[in-house]
Amino acid sequence: MRPLDPRLVRSTRAVRVHLVVTAACGLALTGLILAQAWLVARIVAGAGTLGAGTLGAGELAGTVAAVALVAVARAGLATGAETAALRSAARVKSDLRRRLVRHVTASARPPAVGAGELVTLATRGLDALDDYVARYLPQLVLAALVPLAVLAVVARADWVSALVIALTLPLIPLFMALVGWHTQARTRRQWRLLERLGGHFLDVVEGLPTLAVFRRAKAEAALIRKVTDQHRNATMGTLRVAFLSAFVLELLATLAVAIVAVEIGLRLLYGRLDLETALLVLILAPEAYLPLREVGARFHASTEGVAAAERVFAVLESGPAPAAPVPGTLPAGGPEIRFAGVGLTYPGRSEPALAGVDLVLAPGTTTLVTGPSGAGKTSLLALLLRFANPTSGRITVGDRDLEELDADAWRRRIAWVPQHPYLFDASVADNIRLGAPDAPDAAVRRAARLAEAADVVAALPDGYATRLGERGSRLSAGQRQRIALARAFLRVETAEAAGNAPVVLLDEPTAHLDPGHAAAVRAAAARLLIGRTGVVVAHDGGWTEVADEVLELPNPMPGKPRSGREMTATWLS
Amino acid sequence: MVALARPRGVRFALGALAGATATAAGVALLVVAAWLIAAAAAQPPLTALSVAIVTTRALGVTRGVARYLERVVTHDAALRTLADVRVRVYARLARTEPVHRFRSGDLVTRLVSDTDATQDLLIRGLTPPLAALVTGAGAVAVSTALLVPGGVLLGAGLMLGGVALPLAAAAAGRAPGRQRAAARSALSVSLLDALHGAPDLVAYGAMPAALARVEAADAELTRVERRDAGLLGLGAGASALLAGLTLWGTLLLGVAAVQAGVLTTVPLAVLVLTSLAAFEIVAPLPAAAARLGAVRAAGARLFGVLDTPPAVARRSAVPDVPDAPGLRVRDLRVRYARRDPWALDGVDLDLAPGQRVAVVGPSGSGKSTLADVLFRFRDPDSGSVLLDGVDVTTREPDAVRERITGMPQDPHVFDSTVRENLRLARPGASDHELWGVLRRVRLDGGVRAAGGLDAEVGAHGTTLSGGMRQRLALARALLAGADGDRPPLLVLDEPTAHLDPDTRDAVLDDLLAATAGRSLVLVTHDLTRLDQLDQVVVLVAGRVVQRGTHAELLARPGWYRSAHATSTCSQPHHSEGLPVSGAKGRGR
Repeated sequence: MRPLDPRLVRSTRAVRVHLVVTAACGLALTGLILAQAWLVARIVAGAGTLGAGTLGAGELAGTVAAVALVAVARAGLATGAETAALRSAARVKSDLRRRLVRHVTASARPPAVGAGELVTLATRGLDALDDYVARYLPQLVLAALVPLAVLAVVARADWVSALVIALTLPLIPLFMALVGWHTQARTRRQWRLLERLGGHFLDVVEGLPTLAVFRRAKAEAALIRKVTDQHRNATMGTLRVAFLSAFVLELLATLAVAIVAVEIGLRLLYGRLDLETALLVLILAPEAYLPLREVGARFHASTEGVAAAERVFAVLESGPAPAAPVPGTLPAGGPEIRFAGVGLTYPGRSEPALAGVDLVLAPGTTTLVTGPSGAGKTSLLALLLRFANPTSGRITVGDRDLEELDADAWRRRIAWVPQHPYLFDASVADNIRLGAPDAPDAAVRRAARLAEAADVVAALPDGYATRLGERGSRLSAGQRQRIALARAFLRVETAEAAGNAPVVLLDEPTAHLDPGHAAAVRAAAARLLIGRTGVVVAHDGGWTEVADEVLELPNPMPGKPRSGREMTATWLS
Repeated sequence: MVALARPRGVRFALGALAGATATAAGVALLVVAAWLIAAAAAQPPLTALSVAIVTTRALGVTRGVARYLERVVTHDAALRTLADVRVRVYARLARTEPVHRFRSGDLVTRLVSDTDATQDLLIRGLTPPLAALVTGAGAVAVSTALLVPGGVLLGAGLMLGGVALPLAAAAAGRAPGRQRAAARSALSVSLLDALHGAPDLVAYGAMPAALARVEAADAELTRVERRDAGLLGLGAGASALLAGLTLWGTLLLGVAAVQAGVLTTVPLAVLVLTSLAAFEIVAPLPAAAARLGAVRAAGARLFGVLDTPPAVARRSAVPDVPDAPGLRVRDLRVRYARRDPWALDGVDLDLAPGQRVAVVGPSGSGKSTLADVLFRFRDPDSGSVLLDGVDVTTREPDAVRERITGMPQDPHVFDSTVRENLRLARPGASDHELWGVLRRVRLDGGVRAAGGLDAEVGAHGTTLSGGMRQRLALARALLAGADGDRPPLLVLDEPTAHLDPDTRDAVLDDLLAATAGRSLVLVTHDLTRLDQLDQVVVLVAGRVVQRGTHAELLARPGWYRSAHATSTCSQPHHSEGLPVSGAKGRGR
């Protein structure tokens, strides 16, 4: 386990600034700790020998006042250091979060991790950096500075004590490394078991209805106790080792302080040391060990923070950098789209999703693409949307290669209705306007009417201004499909207004709908296709009447149909 | 929430004692050392110091050992309490309505993490304050014995730094905490939109706008966090100031007392170093106080569950109706809240033994509510459900479930092996029986390919395909109670949900073949293969609007015929007043 991920320092300016500020604060704090120890030793030693000793009454009062000054300075420094550290943490998190989001949204291709996992990583996951940046890193800096400074001061005052400290101090990191090295393998092994046992309760609570149906709900209570007890035993096994290592370190530090105390006590007894020096050494000795022990105590914060940073960098370093957009002028009007021997194999897959497809999409005609699940119907649309590029063969638009065209400009011509359209927690109007944010209200209403969505909107409390909730949860699947169709109508209208012939892509428009909704969606979809270049992907044969051409994709692996849902999830997740 | 820990009180008390001992040993170590040095300066005989020398070493060892014991004992006690709390929460959930209240997976997750938060509270929130109280009192007592004003000053400093300041910081942090939560959830929503909606956003060129929304949410969260940083910084500064000023005050008082001749150097050194070391005692308290708010909210949610009354009550016996085999539902009414519309509004349903009925209808028509009543997940508000002449509300839910079993909506696949998932329905079933039922649902090949009955299915059955998951749940339902003289009534709630059409039809075929001759209530929104059932009941808005066989319903106009027509899509739907789709002029 590296205490500090070099990628974090290299790539994040906020971390570099933070380390410098922290080091400065650490230096100042070390100075104040030393000053306070020196003042206290001087006062305590001086008060008893007042008059006879080296310290005058006025000077004593001044020294006491200096303690107050040090206290105020330490308070100010603590405020500043803590504020700065937490602010840096917020900055570092924001920085990483933005880079993460930009990276994963740069291509429409799926990220290596699931969306839910990414959201967790970008919010709660990054919070692990709070403790890491604001507590652990400063402690790391202090652990490097304070022991050396203390050692230097003690060495000037009393070299024998300095020798004792210098000899015992390295034992702490040494033992820390030994214990850590020994326990790491064991801890890793335990971790999976712990996660699994910890997850059992969630699994059981989620499965409660299923358990109830099989009359296992009561029996499961005994099992929960048993599994939680197993969890306790496993956890305690791991913790005992961790606590034991803390115990060793603490014992080492305390005994070292005790040795110093006794050693200076004895030398005082024989008059080889004065009280003020002895007190100074006594006050400073624990300060030499404290930061090192604190670093050990913040081990958790460090592992969690480093793990979070590692997960972020794993995502950032995964996948190719997004390709720069190729400026290419699009053929005007409504060119022919031609597939010649097109194949597609997703990265990391051995079998192709699509192989040897020859297809001509003549302007103004509708092509129906059918075939069993997993035959690559949805992948064909992905190619047309430029979510993926063919791995073999080529797709041409007029006389140009599709890959040479500017993807954004090309997509402006496409009206796509996916199988599960995604609606946003915004107003209905804004959801319809997704592709044309400046479209006037009249255009939105017209699109909704054409998409058979006008009555859906009319039934909502605030009409077009109604917010749809997370993922459009206010609407049923069929209603969502109609809003998505309105989106497509608006896009078609915008493209035609710009003098371009739009391409309509429909993916299983009615596959998951109640019969009532299916009828409305079917009517709107057919209306959208009239006179336009279109591709309908459908499992059922009910779309043959609206199609001019039919392409049937063969089963890619006879005898082992892949689930279409799985395929869709692959590039839509 | 602390009340939950009462059964483990002795362990927690031991933990607190060990914690107090550890902290006290740490403070005492410095104090004794101070005495040792101050006394040694007067150059007494060595024997006068030997006790102190031994004591410092003993204290050093004591501190380490006590700290170790404290950690082990409190963690052990907290984990034991966690087991108690989990069992209590689970037992209560099992008796309250298991489906609807906790329908959202998010709520379940939060409840589970609330349960697990008790562990955190007990470790950080219970023993450290108790240990601090004991040790703090000790330190104040020592100081008071040496110099009364010094003791009073230390007491005041510790109270301020250990109690008042953490509580004030926690109170001041409450409003920003809420803003932080709001900013965080705004960020999650915009982020989820950008990630889940990525294909739609990219296809419609709206990704830059979505990214801008994410960054605006991020900027807001960062702004709130930076402002909170100031507040936390002030807390840290105030804490340091209190410690420093207490030391200064002690020095002031001590020096004055020495000058007045009340105090000598040795007690002065002890007094000053006590006040220097004492603030170690209250160091863990601000963290404990900061957690109070979160813990209180978690506790409120937890007790919300623990205090929920059961959803099904056993009613007093009603005379059984003799000679009435099969299922008889009469005038069944259910609603979810007093002012809600009826989810089921006077439903009648008859099912003779061995008959199979489909309950169909649009989503939200009450189909699943009917299944929930049959599963005894909830009580009817009025009307009756009779099984073989016995009113099911007069029996224990588990007794009813012996005779009615099946597949609830979204059946759960547990993170275990195929074998364990199946044996849930019949503990102790032999491998032979398991393979038999897997063959009946045509999952034997898939399970063999996945590695046999001991194959791990992953959390929520993620290593299985959607079709395999549904088949596994179906196999489980078939296995339940199948060894009795009469197999129980099967209720299958949307057994083909979330499947693509291919898989759906294949699962449905196998389902119908495997349930031939058994009593079956099939709840579905899907109208395929219903010709194989004895009866079809159409439920719309909680009422039965049509019933009969598939052929009968198809022969007369109504919901079923029109829904069937559109779902098998022979004729596109025409709607008036708008340009119409239909025939496109050119043929294929």
